[in-house]
Amino acid sequence: MAVEQAAPDVFDGAALRADFPVFDRPHRSGKPLAFLDSAASAPKPRVVIEAIADAYAHHYANVHRGIYELSEDATARFEGARRALARFIGAPSEREVIFVRNATEAINLVAYSWGRANVRPGDLILATEMEHHANLVPWQQLAQATGATLEYVRLTDDGRLDLDDLRARLARGPRLVAFSQVSNALGTITPAAEIADLAHEAGAVVLLDAAQSVPHMPVDVAALGVDFVALSGHKMLGPSGIGALWGRRELLDAMPPFLTGGSMITRVTLEGTEWNEVPWKFEAGTPAIAEAAGLAAAIDYLTELGMANVRAHERFLFEHAWSALRELDGVRLLGPDSSDEHAGVISFVIEGVHPHDVATIFDGEGIAVRAGHHCAQPVMHRYDLPATTRASFYVYNDLDDIGRLTDAIGSVQRLFGTT
Amino acid sequence: MDNLYRDYILEHYRNPHNQGALDPHDLSFADSNPTCGDEMSMTLRLDEAKQRVADVAFTGRGCAISQASASILTDELRGMTVDELRGIDPREVVENLGVPIGPARLKCALLAYKVLQGAVIGAEARWPDEAEALAGGNEGGSAP
Repeated sequence: MAVEQAAPDVFDGAALRADFPVFDRPHRSGKPLAFLDSAASAPKPRVVIEAIADAYAHHYANVHRGIYELSEDATARFEGARRALARFIGAPSEREVIFVRNATEAINLVAYSWGRANVRPGDLILATEMEHHANLVPWQQLAQATGATLEYVRLTDDGRLDLDDLRARLARGPRLVAFSQVSNALGTITPAAEIADLAHEAGAVVLLDAAQSVPHMPVDVAALGVDFVALSGHKMLGPSGIGALWGRRELLDAMPPFLTGGSMITRVTLEGTEWNEVPWKFEAGTPAIAEAAGLAAAIDYLTELGMANVRAHERFLFEHAWSALRELDGVRLLGPDSSDEHAGVISFVIEGVHPHDVATIFDGEGIAVRAGHHCAQPVMHRYDLPATTRASFYVYNDLDDIGRLTDAIGSVQRLFGTT
Repeated sequence: MDNLYRDYILEHYRNPHNQGALDPHDLSFADSNPTCGDEMSMTLRLDEAKQRVADVAFTGRGCAISQASASILTDELRGMTVDELRGIDPREVVENLGVPIGPARLKCALLAYKVLQGAVIGAEARWPDEAEALAGGNEGGSAP
């Protein structure tokens, strides 16, 4: 595939790859790495790696504790990272941003703390068929623990949320509606603000799994009108081990703690304990201090690129890849056929070839993709597939990667004799 | 990588031996590969003395490696005693595939073995330890 002239709002992938040391690593295929698995976890730019090293080398002490310069420095930087993340996602207050390990932990925090305090036997919890297991299993556990009923909004054949089905279920007054802004398995972008409005009209609290959206598009939690947002640092060029829950202050204030122990208290006697204020009420124990510095550096890097540009770049790549793959015989594409409703994630099936075999053959070409159920087994069942192959794009990908992806599909089909 | 998909592996994938389900049967088990969710079930019929495997069949969809492994493994089972089934060395199952299997594809190569062990000893059958199953030096080109 010829590399076309990039549109003006699109990045030079090769230039950006120079910011990411992992692309210097030789691949066993002897070919340059086409990394198409950023939806699982993203490589780290040098500035993030250096920020983590710098935090340990020059600014490291425990936070919120020491009455000495180094601890004050570490605390200021840790809280600065919280402020940076709050700004990045449009949170009205940095006090509403709770650092956790990842989006999974953020959702579990809500399920355990808010859920067990607010959900009663017979209540309805609404999730969707497209959820990652992280936004599904915690609600199953909550329903079991409280005697609530858990239902799932259906998916249409082309991978959209069925909004008629949503409305019908909302009419029964669910306590909570939990859904993703971008499906990790299908790439679908859901109409989050519209769903939040409908859910609020029905009296529900709304949790948005933004693990796949915050890294890839402008997200303004206040404008979306949701109540809780879960995200992971490692998918947005930041380190693993840090993520965040954003929640409305009045909800967070009323919630009991999730994990208990040090630093989430104001006063402990042997008889009882008074909780600290939010967000620290939810941050028991020593947090991910250096990781917060890395996350702040990732936010700076993404902000400099501009999130609208990130989205435009991925839309450009998606449109090229989608139209190239759609032309191929024996390839089935999943998800909406429109770049307005489809993020830079393409889930596909090569007829007659298992996705694991596809991924192994791609690996031999230096192309990294995800193959499997993408931690979304109900999505696979919905489309009667054991698994899919998934290519996902980020800022360092370019049309050359898309061309190699398209060529590699041809190699798989020739090897398996399916065309 | 390319020599992972030798012609005979692809031939077993396209036309697996011993495909189906035996009814009646003496032993059966179904399990899935936790890395991809692929499911496989196996049925075995013993001889009249209930000593040796008279027939075996498997079903399930999966990747070329898991299907070829099941096809090759089930070809070996007729005439074996139940004790011998239990004593099958997972390293031999991997080696019998004759292609380099790395850690990422080990469970694909051993799914049929795991289902067979389930049929013989029940649900307490466990996946072989990765280090042991790859101990034959038959690893797929990745760093140890």
